[in-house]
Amino acid sequence: MVTFVDSLASCPPIEALRPWPGFIVDEDLWRRAGDELAAGRLGLAGLWGDRGCVQMALFSAQPTIILLRLAVPSGRFPSIASLHPPAMRLERALHDLYGLSGEALPDQRPWLDHGNWGLAEPLGTPRPHRGPDRYGFLPAIGPMLHQIPVGPVHAGIIEPGHFRFFANGETIVRLEARLGYTHKGIDGLMVGAPLERALRLAGRVSGDSTVAYAFAFCRAVEAALAIDVPPRAVLLRAGMAELERLANHCGDIGAICNDASFALMQAHCGALRERVLRAADAVFGHRLMMDRIVIGGVAEDYAAVVPVLRDLAADIERQFPPLIELYDKTTSLQDRTVGTGIVNAALVARYASGGYVGRASGRHFDARRALAYAPYDSLAFDVPLRTQGDVDARIWIRIEEVNQSLRLLRQILDRLEAQQPSAPRAALSDHLARNGEGLALGEGFRGDVLAWVRIADGRLEGGHLRDPSWFQWPLLEASIEGNIVADFPLCNKSFNCSYSGHDR
Amino acid sequence: MRRILFDNLMRAPLTEPPPPPDAPAAAHLAAQLNDVAFRRLGRSLAIRAVDAGSCNGCELEIHALNNVFYDVERYGLRFVASPRHADVLLVTGPVTKNMQAALIRTYQAVPEPKWVVAVGECGFDAGVFAGSYACVGGVASVIPVDLHVRGCPPTPVALLTGLLALIERSAAGAPSPPVASA
Repeated sequence: MVTFVDSLASCPPIEALRPWPGFIVDEDLWRRAGDELAAGRLGLAGLWGDRGCVQMALFSAQPTIILLRLAVPSGRFPSIASLHPPAMRLERALHDLYGLSGEALPDQRPWLDHGNWGLAEPLGTPRPHRGPDRYGFLPAIGPMLHQIPVGPVHAGIIEPGHFRFFANGETIVRLEARLGYTHKGIDGLMVGAPLERALRLAGRVSGDSTVAYAFAFCRAVEAALAIDVPPRAVLLRAGMAELERLANHCGDIGAICNDASFALMQAHCGALRERVLRAADAVFGHRLMMDRIVIGGVAEDYAAVVPVLRDLAADIERQFPPLIELYDKTTSLQDRTVGTGIVNAALVARYASGGYVGRASGRHFDARRALAYAPYDSLAFDVPLRTQGDVDARIWIRIEEVNQSLRLLRQILDRLEAQQPSAPRAALSDHLARNGEGLALGEGFRGDVLAWVRIADGRLEGGHLRDPSWFQWPLLEASIEGNIVADFPLCNKSFNCSYSGHDR
Repeated sequence: MRRILFDNLMRAPLTEPPPPPDAPAAAHLAAQLNDVAFRRLGRSLAIRAVDAGSCNGCELEIHALNNVFYDVERYGLRFVASPRHADVLLVTGPVTKNMQAALIRTYQAVPEPKWVVAVGECGFDAGVFAGSYACVGGVASVIPVDLHVRGCPPTPVALLTGLLALIERSAAGAPSPPVASA
């Protein structure tokens, strides 16, 4: 039997793309990709627009990523979402930004476009917009149902988005999110941007994942231009990535418990997070490590890295275990987290959800392992897995990942100490004259970040960054069904999806 | 849990002394307020944070103000859940067009007297997002701003310094023209 991947061999390849294969497909094969996705033989890694075409990144079983490109001269293409619902919001966004529409797209409502930009299809052929329309939420019909509208401005210090609950008393029947409030037009700003500016934008798609984004973006650029990163820089990048994971996981563990009114955990975890950020500041000169990863390496040598981070690791290793024990032994807290907000394994597999959302529901995927990139391909670490899929499982995945990050950090520091000195950054002069296309998948604290770039003459012709939240937000809606309204903050925090990363 | 609580009782607190007042901002304020006495704990301010499209970097550092190291409540600074309870709107982001209406409505819901603090490079002039079809521009292009705390993102100390300067100003009464801090 000829498999789908085999049949791609007859298509013209995208010659300039590195490091994974890409193909220019026709509508038939595009549709077949949709069938393969629906059958679960491929996973959706991204779907986005470019000038006059749509592109789709797929997880295949090898494991590798395959890029498909379909020219869309008529502005219409066979809808993937009609076959595979995880593509729904991606296709709605594609239509809003480029005016390219999926034929028979089941949900025709706008997604990122709220009618406020003054123009429609800003990245396609822009034309005047007729202005905001009333947004129709999906109906929930039954006796005694009421609606609870929440947002976009929320009660806490969190990002903006609208949640519409349909509830019967305290029990939630349906939740539907409306996002797009933080849409900043980053894909548009990327077009024509010099590489350095594009990198600054990439580092500001989602501030909590600035390292993960800069790391993935730089890897995509370096693949496109065949740049080799010096060994010290590779280790420093991973050191930053693990610090970012530590800071966010510590913060999240505390914040989830705080949403179950267990403030003691929040106080201690908040202090741990602050210690990580201060160590980052001491070594890298920025608490969130923004703009420290640069194309070809890292911005400076960061000589203080080993002693400062050794102290930090020792500090966390001393302080974290009593907090795990505290969580493990506080039954009143577990009464809130265990069995709350369950996402089942089938849904996670269908949405190819990454990060702790996937790994808490049995999807054993971590980009550092499945599509291993330097230096993770030569470091020892475990990818924790749970199958319960509830708030408790998402907390435990984070707890175990804190331990794994410390393990990685120790190995990174050992190697930095043992290594011959090398420049923090590759010389770029020759490479910048090249043109090319690059793809990269990097593991942020929240899940896998996909980066795609096409470069010509030192500028981006096109760039796209896909946040892991695209494949997590819809599952939050599924997880909350049948739960009570008061548990929504708890569930939401256990997902901690990015609004800005999703809205871009 | 008892052991953790007991250990904490035996240990010095992590909370740190306040940052020194921001000299240029303080001098500017002193001139404007006609040498009003700087009363550090004389007032409290209720703060309502509004994300008007930020990358969430600023939110992380605003959050940090509540951790035990900075502990802003000891200065009388308190984050509240409703604009109707607020004295201060703390606004982040390049004000996306999709958040403009919500920001204006939140501002209108804050009772007088009120102050607006624009946080970050985006809050100042839209930062790296300036010129996008989807962004309006700095916070001041949408609502009147009393204080800018710049930085990408500003550190918790920079935020605290700015907010303490605002406490001193609010003690004197009416809002005044924008002051740049940090």
